[in-house]
Amino acid sequence: MLRPIEGSAAVAHAVALCRPQVIAGYPITPQTHIVEKLARLIADDQLRCELISVESEFSAISAVLGAAAAGSRAYTASSAQGILLMTEVLHNIAGLRIPLVMTCANRAIGAPVSAWNDQQDSMVMRDAGWIQLYCANNQEAVDTTIQAFRIAERTELPVMVCMDGYVLTHTLEVVDIPTQQQVDAFLPAYHFARSLDPRKPITIGTLVTPEFYTEARYMNHRALLRAQEEILAADRDWEKISGRTSGGLISVDGSDDAPVGILSIGSVMGTLSDARDHFAEFGPVKLIGLRSMRPFPIDDLKVACDGLSELIVLERALSPGGGGIIGSEVRAALSEAHSPPRIHNFAAGLGGRDMPLEIFPKLLEATRARDATRFAIIDVDTAKIAAEDR
Amino acid sequence: MSSEEPSANIAELHHKQPAFRGLEAGHLACPGCGQALGARLVTEAIGPDVIIANATGCLEVFTSAWPRSSWRVPWIHSLFENAPAVASGIEAALKMQGRPTKVVAMGGDGGTFDIGLQSLSGMLERNHNVLYVCFDNEGYMNTGGHRSGSTPHAAVTMTSPSGKKRMGKRHLKKDLLAIIGAHQIPYAATATVAYPSDLRAKVRRGIEIEGAAFLLVHSPCPLGWGHEGALSIEIARLAVQTGFFPIVEMERGAVVNAMQIRNVRPVAEYLRPQHRFQHLFSDSPEAREELEHLQQLADYNIERYRLTSGQSESRDTEATDTVMRGGMRWS
Repeated sequence: MLRPIEGSAAVAHAVALCRPQVIAGYPITPQTHIVEKLARLIADDQLRCELISVESEFSAISAVLGAAAAGSRAYTASSAQGILLMTEVLHNIAGLRIPLVMTCANRAIGAPVSAWNDQQDSMVMRDAGWIQLYCANNQEAVDTTIQAFRIAERTELPVMVCMDGYVLTHTLEVVDIPTQQQVDAFLPAYHFARSLDPRKPITIGTLVTPEFYTEARYMNHRALLRAQEEILAADRDWEKISGRTSGGLISVDGSDDAPVGILSIGSVMGTLSDARDHFAEFGPVKLIGLRSMRPFPIDDLKVACDGLSELIVLERALSPGGGGIIGSEVRAALSEAHSPPRIHNFAAGLGGRDMPLEIFPKLLEATRARDATRFAIIDVDTAKIAAEDR
Repeated sequence: MSSEEPSANIAELHHKQPAFRGLEAGHLACPGCGQALGARLVTEAIGPDVIIANATGCLEVFTSAWPRSSWRVPWIHSLFENAPAVASGIEAALKMQGRPTKVVAMGGDGGTFDIGLQSLSGMLERNHNVLYVCFDNEGYMNTGGHRSGSTPHAAVTMTSPSGKKRMGKRHLKKDLLAIIGAHQIPYAATATVAYPSDLRAKVRRGIEIEGAAFLLVHSPCPLGWGHEGALSIEIARLAVQTGFFPIVEMERGAVVNAMQIRNVRPVAEYLRPQHRFQHLFSDSPEAREELEHLQQLADYNIERYRLTSGQSESRDTEATDTVMRGGMRWS
């Protein structure tokens, strides 16, 4: 049913429709509204679920690990410092191959402390072994959350659903909240083949010597790569039920013969789409939305960028001392292409800095320069900084 | 068919039937490992209907090297500092599934006194129906014998050596039981591998109680403490008989029972066979001072927990346990 609803509440409803048995929650802005809403649904007996109000994000993610291993569908959510505090457990869950879903309400990382949105928190976890799916709007956040449980449970891999803090979590949009029948038709009851059960005792989380460690890592890597099929299948099957796609691995919007493309991730895709209409004088621009950061869809990316002469990669995080994170990966992936486009890599919108429509012409100006921009923070105001730091 | 026949067969079958072992033989623990013995006694007392969440440490390492496992019960190891949180999640899942299976978390003193204390505190505060068992060998022994919050005052470890300016660990053993007690959980107790019947009874109590229960099991580490493996039980018993490691039970934070010491032994008898205390037996005034300090700490325990008052049903069962276990005497 279509209704105006806050992003966090919409995601909470989506989670509830997936019938989780255990939710662990710990407050951190801007994720808090999600667990608040879930706590309310449980208190009002609209969701039969055990809510564990833990003493840290470290325990939140550990508790859902235990719950999923014991045979219950489990969920948690966090942001920023909370995601970082979970670091050790996030890697551990992926290595143990435990199916879990977590929402990351994207937020900048301190210091300097910032309560506002960028995507540094999930980007630093890209090597944790989790599937990472990014949402462009709240409808995608709802649909991706539902898909995430099926993907996690079929691949035995954890899925992080990333949605921009405030821009999505705190924004009222008209969203279709699916019916219970729709979700039940899509998502079977939770079943984990390696669950902890005294009737068939198994040992999980063993010590592994050099004789087997490489093989375990290989299997993990392979599982992530093969998860691409499940991500696509989940989006396709959910489309049959809901009539909506969330873009599979990567979404392409614009004509095939556009010479310029902008690749980005998350809610800024909406801004870029509006800006393209607003600044029509710049001609056709292909917008490429990266939905799946992990697994990184190299083949689909190559197809999406085929025919482009200029590609702008815009991201809301960076690797200090290196440059763009997505930009580096896109460059590496397209180095295999027959005639790769020139790649310009920009970060913008860090720590909640607004990304206005005017960012669009600024980005496109770069394509007219003699040299490609290796990496730049496009909205930095060096006038605010001491001369020696510029 | 005579009436004796079936019972004779049952007796015979019972004899052939091996006792339940949650932790099977063949693991990689050192000879004389107190933790290995403790874990076996604890799992035997719990029975097969259990899920164990194990913190990183010796127990995890010596029982689970892939592709072998000594565990005959479902067992999960995630990390060093999160076993109580993992156990909380398991318990919540079982509650939702309506399964009566018991949940037990296990860790060493490093994982319990130090790095996992926050997670443990959360589990106790939320009063999850979990028995947490800490095998206390008073140091990070898995890493090669390092000081923990549980290492006794003056004990030598690789990170608290004795030398010209130091006499081993400078600080006191953390009073974990008081911290546990402050959570007002239904049941908390200390035990030791030297008194297996007492240990078993406390495990059963902790398992039967609805809500969080905590058990601190003193577990000698021949390698880390520096004593012969064959002396583990004797040394663990002396820790009790000197007052150095009091054996007590708590309900809702109040001490309700303390194992009475029949014949209090001087603390030096406990310290002397252990290499980690050897520096206290030199002729220096510092050594004499620290030895006296440790005696005072033991005396304080005896006074605090009233270990010689005779006002308790729980007694030092040395003779009984020695006979029951077929143990060798050492003196």
